[in-house]
Amino acid sequence: MTPRRTSVAPAPSGSLDGLLASREIIVACGPGGVGKTTTAAAAAAMAAARGGGKVLVLTIDPARRLADALGLDGIGNTERRVPNEAFSSAGIKPRGELYAAMLDTKESWDALIRHHAPDDRTRDEILANPLYRNISGRFVQSHDYIAMERLFEIHSEGIYDLIVVDTPPTRNALDFLDAPERMAEFFSSRLLRWLIVPYRSRLVNFASKPFYQVADRILGTQFLADIAEFFILFQSMYDGFIERARAVQRLLADRRTSFIVVSTLETVPLREAEFFAQAITERKLHLGAIVLNKVLPDYLRDPTGALVAERLRDRAEEIAGVVAPQLGVDPAQVRRVLIEVGQNYMDYRLVAQGEAEKQAELSTAAETLVSVPYFDTDVHDFAGLMRLGAGLWGE
Amino acid sequence: MVGLLDRRLVFVTGKGGVGKTTVAAALALFASEHGRRTLLCEVDAKGDVASFLETGPTAFTAGEALPGLWAMSMDTEASLREYLRLNLRIPVVGRIGPLAKAFDFVATAAPGVREILTVGKLCFEVRERHYDLVVVDAPATGHIIGQLAAPQAINELVKVGLIRSQTDWMLDILSDPEQTAVAIVTTPEEMPVNETIELVERVRQETTVELASVIVNRVLPELFGRSEEEVFDRLGGDAATEELTRLAGDDPAPVLTAARLAVTLRRTNAGHLERLRAAVDPTVPMLYLPFLFARFHGLRTIRQVASSLGEELGF
Repeated sequence: MTPRRTSVAPAPSGSLDGLLASREIIVACGPGGVGKTTTAAAAAAMAAARGGGKVLVLTIDPARRLADALGLDGIGNTERRVPNEAFSSAGIKPRGELYAAMLDTKESWDALIRHHAPDDRTRDEILANPLYRNISGRFVQSHDYIAMERLFEIHSEGIYDLIVVDTPPTRNALDFLDAPERMAEFFSSRLLRWLIVPYRSRLVNFASKPFYQVADRILGTQFLADIAEFFILFQSMYDGFIERARAVQRLLADRRTSFIVVSTLETVPLREAEFFAQAITERKLHLGAIVLNKVLPDYLRDPTGALVAERLRDRAEEIAGVVAPQLGVDPAQVRRVLIEVGQNYMDYRLVAQGEAEKQAELSTAAETLVSVPYFDTDVHDFAGLMRLGAGLWGE
Repeated sequence: MVGLLDRRLVFVTGKGGVGKTTVAAALALFASEHGRRTLLCEVDAKGDVASFLETGPTAFTAGEALPGLWAMSMDTEASLREYLRLNLRIPVVGRIGPLAKAFDFVATAAPGVREILTVGKLCFEVRERHYDLVVVDAPATGHIIGQLAAPQAINELVKVGLIRSQTDWMLDILSDPEQTAVAIVTTPEEMPVNETIELVERVRQETTVELASVIVNRVLPELFGRSEEEVFDRLGGDAATEELTRLAGDDPAPVLTAARLAVTLRRTNAGHLERLRAAVDPTVPMLYLPFLFARFHGLRTIRQVASSLGEELGF
């Protein structure tokens, strides 16, 4: 049963094909709960299958079944090749190679410290510092930063032709875009040095400064001392760190990098997605595409469909009287089914129309607008991933 | 177990995109319509509460959005100012220089500071009995634990000082199931259910706050029972389709396909719901809110959700 194409303006279904073929880094961002991680994985899988070369998907926190589908269960920070059997299970012979890695925030931070620490002693002291452990483990912004930092590191190794990176769900749409800059600002702030001063020099009578008095009364001396110790240790890595953060920032703005914003057409995620798109454009980063996920199918907006649905619902008794004897079933049951079926269409139609209106209003700041239909089952194997991938290719 | 509306402080959390703000707003609205002076606080200041309640933008100072319902948005810096004003009797501006910068620095450096200022403000409203009920549109799954566990974390990190002395009374409020609870919102979909199952466990292990209920949002209606489904299948046969086309005046294919989509979606969701029910402690009530077939969402939908929520709460 294939419904006819609708006469309502069809949803534009662009393709990510061209964008992925022309970039080295694709950053997938967007609100939570819209299938961002799966979209990133599907796009990378398609790029590897169709385009060829070495493609890496760097994910943050994939669903267990997605991890399973990628053969990634139990894998951490290091990239691993997705076996060709995964592709062949979906009946595909890939032209390229697909790799996947999951971001381990703590491990990535530790690696960064090892890289920048001037000597073993400083390294060990930082790694053991309770404040550092808190920052690297719990501090939300550190996730944003480290995801971009890890991307930079992998990119600079030059192994992959294309890296598709999923972004962590952020409290604020702009956090991960600004994270490198904020990190740099943070470690170079005058305030930081100012705060450390009394602990470095006994010449300053810090009790006389009102700021320290207040800080001391609120936070307690020990905690302030802990902070100071941590930053004194960190200062030895300061230059390298800032340079690195700036390099990460440059990479995001580079023309080899493009951003895609993933959303659904629901009110709240869509509004957030529009903020993302705006933030990307304002920062003069490249907004390559907007991907709309879980879009209700076109046939729900078919005007004759609505007419039929209303007739089936409103004239259910009459129609049941004719059809039921032919099928040899209870007319009362047929009547109930027809009412439900007709009403169901009208219900879904209402939602689909709302979606279409929102899609039409969506500012098309991006070069490409891709809409992927609502699949009635979740992605739980590689074939499902490739089905989503085909949708991203506008097929 | 104490009813959701009979507590003083209810945190509403859930994975992004499940309708957490909608449910929090509906709960607050329902409470206010049932005689509770209610404060609704949006922690991630995205402005969703304002748009759902169709009021002007919310601010740190609560405003009465609807009769008996006050709304505010959290602003940790404003919370710090209020705290300093009330507790240290420091005329804030001027005396300690650039507070904004200092605050930004301390909040960035010291994990838990933002969280404690958020939780502190909420507990303060409860302690001072400014409202009968404080409903928190809390951060999403990833951050809620940090927030609820902030007083304990601070206790571990900060050994002395004013903040330390403040965390004890907050813990008293948060740990009292008569007063405080958390409700987790989910949808019957794979990822939200997975995250909910994880979060239920983490709330139990890492916080002192009681889990009052799991609220399943956007539950699809059941179209038909088993025998009706057989009838439906036969309606899709060639002969019947031809007859329906004649009687209804046009091809019924889109309508029948839509019904099949609805049946499949409902069935997939039912599987996830079973998984959820099996994983959550049976003493934790689960509330079900229907999917709303609506074009846009605003105060009207909040009222609909509020009335469904009321039914589920036994009103």
